[in-house]
Amino acid sequence: MNRTWRFSLPVAAVTLGLTLPLLATPAQAAGSQTIQLWTHNGGNKQELADVNAVVKAFNASHKQYKVVVKAFPQINYNDAVVAAAASKQLPCLLDSDAPVIPAWAYAGYLAPLNLDPKVVKSINASAKGMWKGKLYSFGMYDAVVGLVTRKSTLAALGLRTPSLAKPWTLAEFNNALAKAKASGKYQYAIDLGTGWDGEWYPYGFSPFLQSFGGDLINRKTYRNADNVLNGGKAVAFGTWFQGLFANGYAPKRTDATMRDNGLVNGSVAFSWNFFNQTQFDALKGDMIVLPPPNLGVKPVVGGGSWQWAMSSSCNAKTGANAFLKFMAQTKYFKMFSDTLSNLPVTAAATKVSKVFGPGTDMNIAAVLSAKYAVIRPPTPAYPVIAKVFEAALKNIINGADVQSELDNAVNQIDQNLQDNHYYGF
Amino acid sequence: MKLLFGLLKYAAAILLTIVFVFPLVFMVMASLKPDYNLLQDVGSIRSFLPVGPISLQNYQGVFDRVPFLRFLFNSLFVATTTTVLGLLVNSMLGFALAVMKWRGKNVVFAMIISTLILPFEVIAIPLLYLMAKLPWISFDGGLHLTQGMFNSYQVQILPFIANAIGIFLFMQYFKTLPKELEESARIDGASWFRIYARIAMPLAGPAIGTVSILTFLPMMNSYLWPIMTIQDESYRPVMVGLQYFYVNWGTAWGQIMAYLTLLTVPVVILFLFMQRFFVGSIAAVGVKG
Repeated sequence: MNRTWRFSLPVAAVTLGLTLPLLATPAQAAGSQTIQLWTHNGGNKQELADVNAVVKAFNASHKQYKVVVKAFPQINYNDAVVAAAASKQLPCLLDSDAPVIPAWAYAGYLAPLNLDPKVVKSINASAKGMWKGKLYSFGMYDAVVGLVTRKSTLAALGLRTPSLAKPWTLAEFNNALAKAKASGKYQYAIDLGTGWDGEWYPYGFSPFLQSFGGDLINRKTYRNADNVLNGGKAVAFGTWFQGLFANGYAPKRTDATMRDNGLVNGSVAFSWNFFNQTQFDALKGDMIVLPPPNLGVKPVVGGGSWQWAMSSSCNAKTGANAFLKFMAQTKYFKMFSDTLSNLPVTAAATKVSKVFGPGTDMNIAAVLSAKYAVIRPPTPAYPVIAKVFEAALKNIINGADVQSELDNAVNQIDQNLQDNHYYGF
Repeated sequence: MKLLFGLLKYAAAILLTIVFVFPLVFMVMASLKPDYNLLQDVGSIRSFLPVGPISLQNYQGVFDRVPFLRFLFNSLFVATTTTVLGLLVNSMLGFALAVMKWRGKNVVFAMIISTLILPFEVIAIPLLYLMAKLPWISFDGGLHLTQGMFNSYQVQILPFIANAIGIFLFMQYFKTLPKELEESARIDGASWFRIYARIAMPLAGPAIGTVSILTFLPMMNSYLWPIMTIQDESYRPVMVGLQYFYVNWGTAWGQIMAYLTLLTVPVVILFLFMQRFFVGSIAAVGVKG
């Protein structure tokens, strides 16, 4: 045997060893009733505990199925789901941020749910993930932002306290911001949460756009953004929004201290943000959540948070659906809301909620959501729309030409719609 | 004049040390402060000083939030195994390309080098398909073949063992070895494998050092691939673990700094002990990190 062969033989043996198993057949999974559940709550101790509590109760109530939880860090959860879908490794049950549901349903990742119609009807519209008239997901909670301030601030600035029946107009809102700035008491008149990136932009700011009369896409056809995102009303929104920063009313990028504590520590007069009981407690009866201002057409707040869905590749759909039915009970809706301080999604859960029930400080959140919530456009194009809108708005904040930015955004969105054959609309 | 030059040299060295050390000092100090104070101190000299309400609470928070030691073990195991297997495989191919004469050698070399053009993101999805389909021998209550390697150590190790840079560096290094060594070994009847194992590899210390560093560090920092292939927390590496601290609309900055300190300090200590070897090996192969 020559030297070359002596060297090559071990290499060939290793290669053969690695190649032979390619002839293997997949392991049989038949008979297994284990149902995998993926959640975005890795690192979120309380919400993961809530999910585990429901799973534990479900597993105890059934012998046929066993749900197993796998938690992912939220920041890379969507990437993990998309990668799993690409390699056909999706779990049976998974949660998803509400606006992504139509995209995942359209892509075939998800299967429609089969829940009791009475239960479905009881869930708020903003907590249901619908696509082509079918229910693909529902949330155990919702979220809402508010225009938060102090009663003493309103009094000191001589401002009318807006009511649900008569929210502030655009002129009144502008006047309030101007007076807050002129008072010299605050670092900024309002914090808009600009320290957050990504989804905050469409979630937090498209309600202003919609209040002006514009929108992210034409919701009648879902086939274009032209004339909607760059029409006169949208440009009016963009110009006004840019003015908030140009006039020094709001910081272009809020630091976390101001965003989280600005209202309590008095560095801002108003906050357009999530709010919680801790703030109410800290301000000892002085805090007030105002209805969103009517900037032209109607007051609007965003709606839709994380929701639960079932994958289309699930080989135990009956069990997965049984779990979702089990989860959709008032006691669990209440548990998620009370432990997380997130909005209940049914009237029954709101009624019994310790945090959001009638007479509580936080009940205003339920009222605002019920009266003003508009979900982000339920279209598979939404992930693209969200990115494009965020980029455009950031440029507008930094002084770019409003019309050009919105035109550019529209071009990108409409091109995407065209490239994808309008996603079946 | 000589004294002045010496002083300038030291001043420059101190300045550079400050530039490189300050981020680490900031990280360690921030890891001891509550989020509120940490953010308040940013932008002032206070952020580099242990002032304000100092505690180890962030470290407690890290262990409370994530299985840190598990993540660290996973990363170390994956990085070490990949490095060791990579050294073996890449050095063998580097040797074959540099020393042995065989038909198609140049074509193979060109193909290996051409893989350097492709960033990992380009091959990620095809690789994902492959790893979802490849079989593996599992020992679950007996020996049997299973399909797919997700949620395992092997899925994090196997795709990264063969490495074009490693092969290239070994090949270049083996080319510099005196021909006489190989020729006299062959005259004495040594096989190619014996020449590789007994002569070439013992002389390849600098190349081994460089390839080890260039393999180990990216593997420790591995992020995208584990996100795609690891759904089970017990196999997750440290860099994915870092994302546990970004929750909903809040970020636990103090805990992030504590987590990074826990990760960085052992590496810095290891480097301080072994810096002469690291610097020597990189200088010998002529690669800048």
